[in-house]
Amino acid sequence: MAKINMLQAINDALTIAMEADDKTVLFGEDVGHFGGVFRATSGLQEKFGRDRCFNTPLTEQGIAGFANGLASNGMTAIAEIQFADYIFPAIDQIVNESAKFRYRSGNEFNVGGIIYRTPYGGGIAGGHYHSQSPEAYFTQTAGLKVVVPRNAYQAKGLLLASIRDKNPVVFFEPKRLYRASVGEVPEGDYEIELGKAEVVKEGTDITLLAWGAQMEIIENAAQMAAKKGISCEIIDLRTLAPWDVDTVATSVKKTGRLLINHEAPLTGGFAGEIAATIQEECFLYLESPISRVCGLDTPYPLVHEKEYMPDALKTFEAIKASMKY
Amino acid sequence: MSNATSTTETVHRVSFLDKDSLSIPILKILQADGTTFEKAVLPVIDQPLAEKIYDTCVFTRVLDERMLGAQRQGRISFYMTCTGEEASIVGSVAALDNEDVILAQYREHAAIRYRGFSTEQFMNQMFSNEKDLGKGRQMPIHYGSQALHYQTISSPLATQIPQATGVGYSLKMQGKRNVAICYFGEGAASEGDFHAGLNMAAVLKSPTIFFCRNNGYAISTPTSEQFAGNGIASRGIGYGMHTIRVDGNDMLAVLAATQQARAYALEHNAPVLIEAMTYRLGAHSSSDDPSGYRSKEEEAKWQQHDPVKRFKLWMMNKGWLSESDDQGLYEKYRQEVLAAVKVAEKLPVTHVDEIINDVYDTPTPRLKQQLATLKQHIKKYPDSYPHSAGRV
Ligand SMILES: Cc1ncc(C[n+]2csc(CCOP(=O)(O)OP(=O)(O)O)c2C)c(N)n1
Repeated sequence: MAKINMLQAINDALTIAMEADDKTVLFGEDVGHFGGVFRATSGLQEKFGRDRCFNTPLTEQGIAGFANGLASNGMTAIAEIQFADYIFPAIDQIVNESAKFRYRSGNEFNVGGIIYRTPYGGGIAGGHYHSQSPEAYFTQTAGLKVVVPRNAYQAKGLLLASIRDKNPVVFFEPKRLYRASVGEVPEGDYEIELGKAEVVKEGTDITLLAWGAQMEIIENAAQMAAKKGISCEIIDLRTLAPWDVDTVATSVKKTGRLLINHEAPLTGGFAGEIAATIQEECFLYLESPISRVCGLDTPYPLVHEKEYMPDALKTFEAIKASMKY
Repeated sequence: MSNATSTTETVHRVSFLDKDSLSIPILKILQADGTTFEKAVLPVIDQPLAEKIYDTCVFTRVLDERMLGAQRQGRISFYMTCTGEEASIVGSVAALDNEDVILAQYREHAAIRYRGFSTEQFMNQMFSNEKDLGKGRQMPIHYGSQALHYQTISSPLATQIPQATGVGYSLKMQGKRNVAICYFGEGAASEGDFHAGLNMAAVLKSPTIFFCRNNGYAISTPTSEQFAGNGIASRGIGYGMHTIRVDGNDMLAVLAATQQARAYALEHNAPVLIEAMTYRLGAHSSSDDPSGYRSKEEEAKWQQHDPVKRFKLWMMNKGWLSESDDQGLYEKYRQEVLAAVKVAEKLPVTHVDEIINDVYDTPTPRLKQQLATLKQHIKKYPDSYPHSAGRV
């Protein structure tokens, strides 16, 4: 096992998938010879040729529509959207077409071979349009899977599983961890099952739930809480659609408390959906209201990024409030 | 007739057209040595206008050089230059009325400067301090000013294109003798918004100038991987739009084309497309390294077409500028920019209360409650929120 960063792990997964199946193509803005603005696709054009790894013209709508066409005719399309903030021009092709191809055609056609990879999230001083976390827009769309890895190991295994999944997947990559997160990653081919949460750390007093880059935040908060004698169970959701209700509910039944943390704004965020479901599943076990530590209900700001972010301190305060309730 | 025009020629054997069937000339007025082509028809220009144009170019060069330096020193987080494209930007804005509305992409700061954006205002935006008109919400270079009729930059590409069509239409409805001008790169012209915006402008007769800076690259993607047709100009013609292609490194050609485009747009209540052929001499942005995708030789070749130098030679030929005036101008702006950096970086950032303003016209009760909770939290942990601590 080698220690590599998340970008290398993604590159590794893409290489393995493209080697294994020559009907797999990869495309997007600047992904060709240049290897993408973050260099996730470095060297792939050299390895697989310009027919299988190429720059597209600058049109997300076109990229997604093209992916639908390829996948509807038996190909696997790995499409990169340069920043998640720029996925919105493609939203019609993704939510009305990719998501509904199978359903609306009675499964005469499907686009299960699509994966949209896109860097998301803040904490990089990127301001408004290089920081958003738009996952909730996609979780409301039936027919799409939504996946968010938290480290290099997961990025590789979840990406390989997503590429081979028979449904269109929107794969959000936490860009602030691209280089920051370095860890042991097996060299060969492996997959991490979609739709399964991971219990990262066991605890008894409260369940902390997050995904992607916010996992680091709740782990830090849990360490602060441990110094106050509070034992946190930590869960990484990994797949948001479909999400693993059982693992979360089992944990909450044990701890009696739940805190959900995400970067996207509070209102309409995915934490609301989780809270409502867990409240139904675990009502009689809950010792305090389910707590949400999320972004503010504002667009993503530049200078007040720290203030906006659901950081470890805010999470720590919410843990204590939940314990005292 | 619904579809074809009455002049459509008929043929009786299959005959296709290709991009070369459409020959689009390129307007050139200034030669490399600063003299004009023999038969060239000059734009309307006198010494004060030429001086203002040149002054803007020098300021922009100095700003770009100094701020890229400031970015490398870690004093600002991000920067983008317009080096090499000054003639396209300044030559076009100089043809406009001050109340014509500008919708820019992000590389057109020379245009807002031409309108009077002060050195201090540039710095306030780049340092996101409390005097930034945009209240510290966007990355450096996202300028905007209602007073200067320059709409605030938005990063998602091409969104300003159909908006410009709407702005142009509104100017017509309001009976103003003004046009909208919309800047974009040849990369952005691949977005759906480009096609929607141009088609609407042509059909709805919006007095709007669509100004494409065709500078050869969209980040690392060369034009050969961006479009296969005859540049962007052919699309203007395709949408039924008055169209011209100019040498984007030729100040006089851009000025002449834009002056006439404006007159045409007003007289006919119709859009015009200008495609300026130029070159992005610098990196895409301070986060980009062009050596990964293009050669030094290519860049060096384009250095020889430096639009500012070419215009300077013309001014000197006219006796409107001397070497020592020129050096004095650079020196003046170097000092001015440096002094402005020092002031701007010391000012505090926007107050934290601004985080909830402008989400709506007035903050909702829920936003007010979120701000109150946030301020309580900052009071408890002042060290972790240095921008706001001490001011809550
Ligand atoms: C909708 C959208 N997609 C992607 C991006 C990322 N991006 C920023 S600039 C750029 C290239 C733009 O090229 P071009 O329009 O030719 O302008 P230039 O930078 O050459 O002036 C890209 C892909 C973006 N800002 N918006």
